Amino acid sequence: MAVNNEVLLEINHLSKHFTVEKNFFGKPTKVLKAVDDVSFKIYKQEAFGLVGESGCGKTTIGKMLANVYAPTSGEIIYNGVDLGKLSQKERRAYCKDIQLVFQDPYASLNPRMTIGDIIAEPIHINKLLPAHEIEKRVLYLLNCVGLASHQRNRYPHEFSGGQRQRVGIARALAVEPKLIVCDEPVSALDVSIQAQVLNLLVDLKEEFGLTYLFIAHGLNVVKHISDRVGVMYLGKLQELAEKHELYDHPLHPYTKALLSSTPVIDPKLKRNKERILLKGDVPSPINPPQGCRFSTRCYVGKLEACDKQCPEIIDVTGNKHYVACHKQVQ
Amino acid sequence: MSEAQMNENKQGKLEKPESEIKQMWSALIQNKAAVVGMVIIGFLIFIALFGKWLMPYDPNYADLSVNKQPPSVAHWFGTDEQGRDIFSRVIDGTRVSLVVGLTAVSFALCIGTVLGAIAGYKGGKIDTFIMRLMDIMMSIPNILLAITFMAALGRGIDKAVIAIGLVTTPEYARIVRGSIMAIKDSEYVQAAKVIGNSDTKIIFKHILPNVLSPIIVRATLGISTAVLETAALGFLGLGVQPPYAEWGDMLGRARVFIFEAPYMLIFPGIAITLTVMAFNLLGDGLRDAFDPKARS
Repeated sequence: MAVNNEVLLEINHLSKHFTVEKNFFGKPTKVLKAVDDVSFKIYKQEAFGLVGESGCGKTTIGKMLANVYAPTSGEIIYNGVDLGKLSQKERRAYCKDIQLVFQDPYASLNPRMTIGDIIAEPIHINKLLPAHEIEKRVLYLLNCVGLASHQRNRYPHEFSGGQRQRVGIARALAVEPKLIVCDEPVSALDVSIQAQVLNLLVDLKEEFGLTYLFIAHGLNVVKHISDRVGVMYLGKLQELAEKHELYDHPLHPYTKALLSSTPVIDPKLKRNKERILLKGDVPSPINPPQGCRFSTRCYVGKLEACDKQCPEIIDVTGNKHYVACHKQVQ
Repeated sequence: MSEAQMNENKQGKLEKPESEIKQMWSALIQNKAAVVGMVIIGFLIFIALFGKWLMPYDPNYADLSVNKQPPSVAHWFGTDEQGRDIFSRVIDGTRVSLVVGLTAVSFALCIGTVLGAIAGYKGGKIDTFIMRLMDIMMSIPNILLAITFMAALGRGIDKAVIAIGLVTTPEYARIVRGSIMAIKDSEYVQAAKVIGNSDTKIIFKHILPNVLSPIIVRATLGISTAVLETAALGFLGLGVQPPYAEWGDMLGRARVFIFEAPYMLIFPGIAITLTVMAFNLLGDGLRDAFDPKARS
């Protein structure tokens, strides 16, 4: 997979805060920082993987890119345009460039529409084709994702999870997007189906020259599909590197723990590294730790700065391997 | 369009077996209860349209010499306290009651759905404003509020319909708002936003069709409430003006004679029950026909 150096999308200091509680006068008293000051770039035609456990904000980033949520602060720069500064109406014009494949195929399709209508709708709304050509395109897309033309008039409840996810992918493809945000597209599927859908995504990427932001909570799925991988923890990006670099030389203690938690399939193969078990739970994003987000669970000896100051994410090796850890800076 | 394209188009259409409306219709006529409901409603509409020629007597002609007579060959449903033929009056009242029930409910349904949809989807201050307004309306007894509206609008059956429509609006607004809030964060609504739908389109195309069931059920029940509330207004001299016949009004007047002449109450009562039942049956059928899952 050739990665060129043209930036397609850049996010700068992106944050999304949700108000959990308000006082009598409507002032927020409890704020959940789902995404807190995250920056990265996605290059044209690459697959950028974003991993982290549940609630770390990776889905929120995906949904901000796809116009489901508006960012609290920060910039989303797509092809040189800051999408956050546009009005809803202007913003909609970019919908056809950035599409989203949802996590749960059982919830993401309107139960009252036939799958053909679901796929035709985005073409129709964005006025991409004259009315008489839409039908042809719908059947073509159905074939692209491995569904048969005669299934066009069926309703979502008549399909299995894997088939529904294919409909979701076809809907995303319908507008010929440049970037597809895949929000854990296989986590709701059976393992046997997961591989099929992943391979479909890889094939489609090559066929249509797509760029992916691939969100997952398991490193193994991301390893299969991504070129570069970012690791998130509690609303912040902790480590970002090229795939092999990250998997072979993880620098952040959290990444190391994540990698060691991936099961080894062959029992004869010994783990090359010790299994790292993290203690305790993820702190609440409403009240995150003062300094480094990972400081409460970090198993490497603490520095004074760890509890006080949030580490910046910087390129420590000079090899575009970014990490946010005080110990790595030293 | 070239001929080749047209052919392809035709083929594309051929693969579409039945249109959405056709599918709904075939599901509806397979539902026996719904068919019974439709037959009764058809019958009522027929009576409303052609009742004039079916009435044995002038419904408004009072003959005190034959007042409060039990059902007989001459007077099938008996006569009322003024000696008017109840059978003729029930037939004559069909038109008014049907129109009142349907119009008041449609009125409330349209306004209530729009208000509830805006409140539920937008949330925040708009939601608070609309729903507190609805709360204020709901906190005042229906009939009292209707009288207030009538005081502003004036007398007459048309105004009574508007008043009742306005008074029942909050119920629909509440149901619609609640249902919308339950599904507005669902992924398919988010998906609708991702592909570039405007808010109006999201509400009308993606949200409302999925919350139809409780709305339909409430609306069919609402028809009976509307008929009875019109009767209450008529009883207070604000609805149908005497001597014109209306079921609720007949029921209200007959109440005094419930032990003496129960038939005065029974026949308009049966007419109302039949109407309500017919709309409920049709409503249930419609609810299932609209739902692709229940259809298959």
